[in-house]
Amino acid sequence: MNQANKLLMLIVVFGLIALAPMLITQESLLNIVIMTLYAALLGQAWNILGGYGGQVSFGHAAYFGTGAYAVAVLQVQFGINPWLGLVVGGFAAAAVGAFIGFCTFRYGLRGSYFALVTLAFAEVLRILSNSVDFTGAGVGLLIPLERSAANFQFASKEGFFWVIWAMTFAAFLTVWKIGNSRFGAQLMAVRDNEDAARALGVDAFRVKMGAIMLSGFFAGLAGVFYAQYFLYLDPHIAYGAAISVESLLVPIIGGMGTLFGPLLGAAFLHGLSELSRAVIGDAPGISLVLYGVLLVVMVLFVPRGLAGLASHLRSGKPAESRVEEGKGHA
Amino acid sequence: MLEINALCKSFGGVQASQSVTMTVPQGGITSLIGPNGAGKTTLFALITGFHTPDSGSVRFLGQDITCLPPEAIATRGMIRTFQTVQPFAGQTVRENIAVGAHLKIRGRTEALAKAEDVARQVGLGDRLDMDAGSLTVAGRKRLEVARALATDPKMILFDEVLAGLNPSEIRDVIPVINTIRDAGVTILLIEHVMQAVMSLSDYTWVLNQGAIIAEGPPREVVSDPHVIEAYLGKGMAERIAKREAASA
Ligand SMILES: Nc1ncnc2c1ncn2[C@@H]1O[C@H](COP(=O)(O)OP(=O)(O)OP(=O)(O)O)[C@@H](O)[C@H]1O
Ligand SMILES: [Mg+2]
Repeated sequence: MNQANKLLMLIVVFGLIALAPMLITQESLLNIVIMTLYAALLGQAWNILGGYGGQVSFGHAAYFGTGAYAVAVLQVQFGINPWLGLVVGGFAAAAVGAFIGFCTFRYGLRGSYFALVTLAFAEVLRILSNSVDFTGAGVGLLIPLERSAANFQFASKEGFFWVIWAMTFAAFLTVWKIGNSRFGAQLMAVRDNEDAARALGVDAFRVKMGAIMLSGFFAGLAGVFYAQYFLYLDPHIAYGAAISVESLLVPIIGGMGTLFGPLLGAAFLHGLSELSRAVIGDAPGISLVLYGVLLVVMVLFVPRGLAGLASHLRSGKPAESRVEEGKGHA
Repeated sequence: MLEINALCKSFGGVQASQSVTMTVPQGGITSLIGPNGAGKTTLFALITGFHTPDSGSVRFLGQDITCLPPEAIATRGMIRTFQTVQPFAGQTVRENIAVGAHLKIRGRTEALAKAEDVARQVGLGDRLDMDAGSLTVAGRKRLEVARALATDPKMILFDEVLAGLNPSEIRDVIPVINTIRDAGVTILLIEHVMQAVMSLSDYTWVLNQGAIIAEGPPREVVSDPHVIEAYLGKGMAERIAKREAASA
């Protein structure tokens, strides 16, 4: 598919999703659509750095949690409007990205070393938020209920739908642009062969910094949305491993480094978790077990994800393995 | 154009570069030859910022570039290619070359158009949409040349772009290199294919065990006793083996 067609398809897909509030009257069903879009946003954020930049992060909760705490703390402790908190949350998360990026890329950390350090950063933030007062420490923060659009708390799910739809659409448009720009070309060059890219004048450090900040920004927006949607945060929700796992699982299932991968992955994952809830019930931890099994199956048998599988079926060519391609990069 | 002064580098006990001093004038093709393991690739890596020298300096266009990172040197107009080709596998030939084109060109469409032009110039015009990872060796060598050329460089360092090619492929690539020179790009090339060294280059430097042992026009250099000696071990062994095989 060429770039113009991808853009067209993106607009059509999000246009169709926009029909959801008209077609779906049941709040619980609309909730599934909202949570799928939210997962797609989080996954697309991870995809910018991990899929397009080849820098696999195990700690995207660091950005998500920063966005979520930013909006919550500003409201609860300082009475600042959450719409302003949305902006602050996005930029604060991008700043955390810049900090982590600087600490890791500066010293040439790659592959599993980079992944482990990101995990460590998220853990540090979790422990910090657990021990300081203004985040509510272990008790967490409860955002006071005050339903109004001006307060980023909508009376009906439809309002939340439009917010997450717009943010997710913006993330996908950004990633489309990445696939169609100098920055993106350089980012993918660094992913595929950093030495060759540098020999051609690509400033690998700067490009990776750009990717981690952009990635952090969108993960931060997902965090802000989460906080406003559920109105409750604690260190485990904000900076816990579950968010980090979900943000990488979505694009890995859907197809790393592809525009539509995170949407496919999010839809698949949410379909599956709804199904498991219907069949097994709400057993605690069951979704993590399911995620783990799924990750193993995908990495072993469908390494290019659902998007790769789709293009493979379309072209009839054998799907090559991303694992093979990535050999020697760590 | 390029002045290398007393460049030293050792890896553990191996002296890969022992006070190498050489110059490359603007325009034309200069070659760098020497037996396997002489330190040719290491010298390229030192010049282009992939290794930091233990001592010595490198000047390019009158400016000191000794400890600059590779991308800064590339931005100044000096591009290297890799002996072991390094394609961006999974990306098309067009996308690979466009990475080079983006050094000077911001716009995506313009960079892709430039990539197409350059691909034609090096004879990859028919493989633009192929995955770079599935190119033949000859194709990948051409891709290395194309990516370097797409950056619009002032100087290119070619590291054995002819190695692994058959005689007819070599005959195809030599004119490509000549065209690049004619366009005003200064070329420094490492080459084992003597026929190419003779026909392409104006001046030759010979490296052995990390040190320059001879320099001059290629025809004179190959008859230099020092040079013959440097190559002798390997050359003689091969010749004797051949003679024995022929008489057996
Ligand atoms: N990164 C490195 N670490 C340790 N030793 C190295 C490294 N790079 C090169 N060497 C050593 O330095 C010496 C010079 O190697 P180099 O690759 O520069 O030779 P070359 O002249 O390019 O040889 P060839 O003609 O085979 O390409 C060799 O002995 C090699 O083993
Ligand atoms: Mg070499």
